[in-house]
Amino acid sequence: MSSAKASYTKAELLAVMTSRLLEDKKTVFVGIGLPMAAALLAQLTRSPALSIIFEGGIIAPELKHGEMPLSTNEVRAGRRAMAFCDITDIFLYQQRGYIDYGLLGAAQIDQYGNINTSVIGDFHKPKVRFPGSGGANDIASSSTRVLVTLIHEKRRFVEKVDFVTSPGYLTGNNSRIDSGLIFGGPFKVITDLGIMGFDQKSKRLKVEAIQSDATIEQIRDNTAFELLIADTLEIIEAPTKDELEILRKIDPEKVMLRGN
Amino acid sequence: MSNNSAHLFDLKEARGRIERKDKSIRPKITSLQDAVKQFIPSGSHVAVGGCLYSRTPTALIHEIIRQKRADLTISRSLTGMEADLLLAASALSTVVTSWWSIGYAWGISSMMRKFVQEGKVEFEEWSHLALGLRYRAAAMGTSFLPTFSMLGTDLERTNKVEKFVCPYTGEKMLLVPALYPDVGLIHAHRADKFGNVEIDGFHFMDEDIARASGRVIVTAEEIVDSDHFRNQPDRTAIPFFCVDAVVEVPYGSYPSECWNLYDADFSHFSDFSQATNESGVDGANEYLSRYVYASKSFQNFLDMIGIGRLLELKKSMENVIR
Repeated sequence: MSSAKASYTKAELLAVMTSRLLEDKKTVFVGIGLPMAAALLAQLTRSPALSIIFEGGIIAPELKHGEMPLSTNEVRAGRRAMAFCDITDIFLYQQRGYIDYGLLGAAQIDQYGNINTSVIGDFHKPKVRFPGSGGANDIASSSTRVLVTLIHEKRRFVEKVDFVTSPGYLTGNNSRIDSGLIFGGPFKVITDLGIMGFDQKSKRLKVEAIQSDATIEQIRDNTAFELLIADTLEIIEAPTKDELEILRKIDPEKVMLRGN
Repeated sequence: MSNNSAHLFDLKEARGRIERKDKSIRPKITSLQDAVKQFIPSGSHVAVGGCLYSRTPTALIHEIIRQKRADLTISRSLTGMEADLLLAASALSTVVTSWWSIGYAWGISSMMRKFVQEGKVEFEEWSHLALGLRYRAAAMGTSFLPTFSMLGTDLERTNKVEKFVCPYTGEKMLLVPALYPDVGLIHAHRADKFGNVEIDGFHFMDEDIARASGRVIVTAEEIVDSDHFRNQPDRTAIPFFCVDAVVEVPYGSYPSECWNLYDADFSHFSDFSQATNESGVDGANEYLSRYVYASKSFQNFLDMIGIGRLLELKKSMENVIR
């Protein structure tokens, strides 16, 4: 192993961390951008038998490296798929229980893992309008384990989101189940500073692991609410040279991992 | 909001429209002009087939703008540039969708942001599945379907959707209301003169839209003989009796892709996105002046794009599909 530290962007770091959580032989509902890079990386490393599902109604495609789709409803996303179905039906497979992992990004997330991708401010007179749920609400409601990936910033980690687009554990404790959401739920929140799970009882975010170059103070400073901290904190292994090389081969133009 | 589409439909009227429809096997070939003139009055709810930049019925959208329709509601699974164009043309009052922007590559639509934030258009947001089930409930001729989606969230609250307790399991579920569009617009790979329709590749929500809508206008890349359908009826996505008008429009979804035929024109989307980011609604209006108002027909528009570019997109599709 080389002692020189590999250099990588925040987006690359997030994609690698997400890919490591995707177990082999499972199904994963994948959105455009970072989740797609993460799922493909997982397939080429730990999880060769991971099946990708896209909302366009696409089951188990084989994407062409360097030809990344710009939407999950376009021809490139469907390359060498095993089956196509209607959009409504792909989400119904998910509601039926066929999707093991759902990958989500977020504009804002709160202490219970609720996600906002709709509005800042009032819904009908928003200060800032985002594009909306798309399939995110459905993934958060019905996939078995939800992984949320985002950059760790105070403005994104808020005590209460302006608008709950996609449900986490709502107001904590049993509120998710009480609302009728008896399946699924957020599993891990992955950031450039660490990985968080949820306290079993209160359902509040709990730091379980920190990135190799981050500190717990950094995580606290970049979070606008009080985070629970696990008794023993795992230090996460930085992205390896191999992981980064594969990632860059999948998406040489950084179509999926723009910025940062 | 009392004008939320969840609370606007009349089940008996929706059924009556289909009962009164002429279901005979008869020729329905017409022009874009006549189809829009006859079936899309101002104030209509128009369901737009395809998804984002795939199989968008662009030729019909242009014709709606050319005929200066106003106060339209559009619904679509994922809404893109077509909504921005309709906004610029002052044709839109409400957008019923799960997601609205031009596409991931182009960031957040500045037109959408400006108009929604200024309260000039209603953005009625549903989850993707909820919208699909709304069409499907209508396609089934009923008034709702149960789902777990949107439970417990602000999407449930803002749309004022009802929950119920399942009489069999005691579990709570959300009842999404049916969505009955006045007219559905579908761009397909091929149709016959009677309105039988084949779609290759992704079907998105098009079949449910065709059944849910009171009227259906189909543009097809190619009109084929009815024997084509009679020889392989299992391939028919939409049967003739759903369809009211058929127009042959090759490249009819450009700049969107049409699966297996031509790729999306990403640089066209980029140019539009850049124009609206830099000059706002003026940028969109410039686009309309240049490409929509100045052209008498969709063919005119395609001529401006040029056959060379269209053939490149055909070639590009061949390269990426397999």
